[in-house]
Amino acid sequence: MTVEFALTDLIPALPELALLGAACLILILDLFLADDLRWVTFGLSLLALGLAAALTWGTHDAVPTLAFGNTFVDDSLSDVLKLMIYGSVAAVMIYSRDYVRTRGMYRGEFYVLVLFATLGMMIMVSASHFLTLYLGLELLSLCLYALVALQRDSVVATEAAMKYFVLGALASGLLLFGMSLLYGATGSLELARVAAALPDGAGHDAVLVFGLVFVVAALAFKLGAVPFHMWIPDVYQGAPTAVTLFVASAPKFAAFAFVMRLLVEGLGALVTDWQPMLVLLAVLSIALGNVTAIAQTNIKRMLAYSTISHMGFLLLGFLSGSPTGYGAALFYVSAYVLMSLGGFAMILLLSREVEAEELDDFKGLNQRSPWHAFLMLLLMFSMAGVPPTLGFYAKLSVLQAALEAGFLWLTVFAVLMSVVGAFYYLRVVKLMYFDAPAQPTPPRAGADMHVLVSANGLAVLALGVMPQPLMALCAGTIRQMV
Amino acid sequence: MPLLSLAIWVPITFGLLVLATGSDRHANLARWLALIGALLGFAVTVPLYTRFDPATAAMQFVELRPWIESFRVNYHLGVDGISVLFILLTAFTTVIVVLAGWRVIERKVAQYFASFLIMSGLMIGVFASLDAVLFYVFWEAMLIPMFIVIGVWGGPRRVYASVKFFLYTLLGSLLMLIAFIYLYQKAGSFDILELHRLPLGYREQILIFLAFFAAFAVKVPMWPVHTWLPDAHVEAPTGGSVVLAAIMLKLGAYGFLRFSLPIAPDASHALAGFMIALSLIAVVYIGLVALVQGDMKKLIAYSSIAHMGFVTLGFFLFNALGVEGALVQMISHGFVSGALFLCVGVMYDRVHSRQIADYGGVVNTMPVFSAFFVLFAMANAGLPATSGFVGEFMVIMASIQVHFWYAFFAATTLIFGAAYTLWMIKRVVFGAVVHEHVAAMKDLSPREFLVLALLAVAVLAMGIYPAPFTEVMHASVEQLLTHVAQSKCGDVCGW
Repeated sequence: MTVEFALTDLIPALPELALLGAACLILILDLFLADDLRWVTFGLSLLALGLAAALTWGTHDAVPTLAFGNTFVDDSLSDVLKLMIYGSVAAVMIYSRDYVRTRGMYRGEFYVLVLFATLGMMIMVSASHFLTLYLGLELLSLCLYALVALQRDSVVATEAAMKYFVLGALASGLLLFGMSLLYGATGSLELARVAAALPDGAGHDAVLVFGLVFVVAALAFKLGAVPFHMWIPDVYQGAPTAVTLFVASAPKFAAFAFVMRLLVEGLGALVTDWQPMLVLLAVLSIALGNVTAIAQTNIKRMLAYSTISHMGFLLLGFLSGSPTGYGAALFYVSAYVLMSLGGFAMILLLSREVEAEELDDFKGLNQRSPWHAFLMLLLMFSMAGVPPTLGFYAKLSVLQAALEAGFLWLTVFAVLMSVVGAFYYLRVVKLMYFDAPAQPTPPRAGADMHVLVSANGLAVLALGVMPQPLMALCAGTIRQMV
Repeated sequence: MPLLSLAIWVPITFGLLVLATGSDRHANLARWLALIGALLGFAVTVPLYTRFDPATAAMQFVELRPWIESFRVNYHLGVDGISVLFILLTAFTTVIVVLAGWRVIERKVAQYFASFLIMSGLMIGVFASLDAVLFYVFWEAMLIPMFIVIGVWGGPRRVYASVKFFLYTLLGSLLMLIAFIYLYQKAGSFDILELHRLPLGYREQILIFLAFFAAFAVKVPMWPVHTWLPDAHVEAPTGGSVVLAAIMLKLGAYGFLRFSLPIAPDASHALAGFMIALSLIAVVYIGLVALVQGDMKKLIAYSSIAHMGFVTLGFFLFNALGVEGALVQMISHGFVSGALFLCVGVMYDRVHSRQIADYGGVVNTMPVFSAFFVLFAMANAGLPATSGFVGEFMVIMASIQVHFWYAFFAATTLIFGAAYTLWMIKRVVFGAVVHEHVAAMKDLSPREFLVLALLAVAVLAMGIYPAPFTEVMHASVEQLLTHVAQSKCGDVCGW
């Protein structure tokens, strides 16, 4: 196959190219900056994201544009996801600024790695080919491994990075193996052609299913679904909180795209094969995530298990195998990232010179700072799925999709488990409101952090009162695709 | 004027304003703002009653505008004869609670009053919603302020009680949510009135009824899922207990009328025996449990469960007298149980004990208070000329039309109710003063007098002349019963 290269191919990829250029520029520029000028790096990184956002917005076209020999696609889904990714990465940078400054990570590397990871996510989101998908994934993963290990003298961080790397490499291997089997069965690596090569009802072909199992395993690893979740608690707990915040936010969009592109666009014809696999993953994730989170005393680890259960709920959307379900899943992942950003931002806010990673560090927050306690209350109830917060509508959407697909008992199981889940979110509220604080000083925060965290918490409430715009956006995006 | 929206959002807005006053330095500002909010909130509900047309069973004061188009959810409000009185009761109780907490609460004053105002708006929202998702949002959202109220201002075991309260209710509610989603898929809408008309098979109805049962029975609470209530009542501050007993329990009963009966009529008939059995167990067994309590709040909590058993009994007799009697009982119990909890609160503020054994001879030091306390106790026991009598009498009359033994067991409440209430009164109010702290008790302050007097007037008015309360309900109750009498599955009813 010869690949014709035309200059117009560059247009759909403009955001990626711009971000790549900006990241390289920042990498070099940062070498010449004195320590007290580090804010230039920070500012330029935000600018780079802004530039990419402007280009994504500018090149938006409802009709999908394929480029680079059909390996790269620019469609509504990719544009929406990219814009969400820019937003969450920018929030990560602003939230983590004070934290990295006090811990000797306020260096060019942090920002450059984050930008390259963002580039990786963008490529994943825009992939229309197995190899593009893989390349994006590896770029993202390698940056994340390095970010987790960024605090060189921290033993836990290094251990977490090591675990993450070894397990991540294994998952990548599984993915490649699965892809090669699918290639053998269909004769192509291009998602559209793979889909075309699979006639409807092509399920249960041994080679295909064999390849599919490996691919799903890799997907489950990236999502952090049980039984491929082992890395999540260790990485979330071990990584510096700023990095945890990053790992727990934007990459979930990429993981969503990963599932969407591979299973739905590429292997949609095998839905009867991957549906039961996802059911199993969802059941195990929801059960194990919620039950294990109860036993945690470290809030980062607790939120890690909560992530696992949220990914289970996300899978409920996918496994219904309908556009409604995918729309619900996109809505769920957007809601989740918003809540996760807020939750970890609150930990960053309490962590000043000393870490505030234990649940007990939230004791009496209502006396120290009623406003922050209120925001955390909103975030916790949203994660628990209690109205009138965004989390409720996210749960409602995926439950509706799953029920529509006929999974009655699965939804009953999921809601029973979410009652279990409510317990540990309530515990955070209990610590903040019912207990007395260990020290009375209110947490200090810069103005930018304060404004953003308030906006983040209130957004959870505002989108809970008026969920229609985000819901319509998610459903509309999926409808244009499928 | 969108009266129902005002009734919901006025208290919530004032609640947020009160919250914004912040620290306890501005406690008095918070108190006054809360009182203004509560009074305004009550004022906007009054036209709901005065302009209510009792001749029609249709929904009145309807507001309808699209809210979440993706799920065809509407911001759909409206009241009929069944719900309108509860909206007034809620707004009235909020005024009482604000007055009752005026001096008692000294810590985090703004948050306390804000919680009650916001809760008031949310509970009115539950009674006024005509869309299942809107209903559910209000229904769940009110758990958050109540959780905070019990947990922050509660007694020693407040954490246990608040978490138990929250999780119990959440579990039931989520099953109801699944039923809603299922119905949405059948009907293509969350509109409650459309769901009433939706034809459903027998088996579907039974499962939906059970899902609703999980939500509403916990809230009522019915035996055997009542165990959260004594804990929550005992640990909650006085205001929390009042709202719980006066309004929150009614929400569960209201749910049966608004959802279970009209959406699943065949299942309601099929499971009526089961429901009546549970109700009678609550009346008899919980009445006996109440008899042996040493803690006054616990005693009133168990008495609430027994009285709510009467309510569910009345619903499942399927005759107008029973349903109306149950509704009257709900409103009466709202006044009486709220008043009793306030009385215990008054004593608790002075002595800091809820144990019956710590009192005795209170009438000697607090004669005015004792007069009120005895009046409310009599109402609780169902003495004629108090509101408590009307509802119980109607339900017993209705049950004897259905079955002699139903009436027999229901009537035992007249004995048990009188026994546990009057025995408590005897030990607390009468007799000689044996404890020094009782001798030091001061009689009611003007504020406390006002609060109890308002409730006393309500209790007596309702007992002597209940017609203004019952005539509002007639049309709606008749229509509900006609609707429930029609089978939704027709000839193919069968598992």
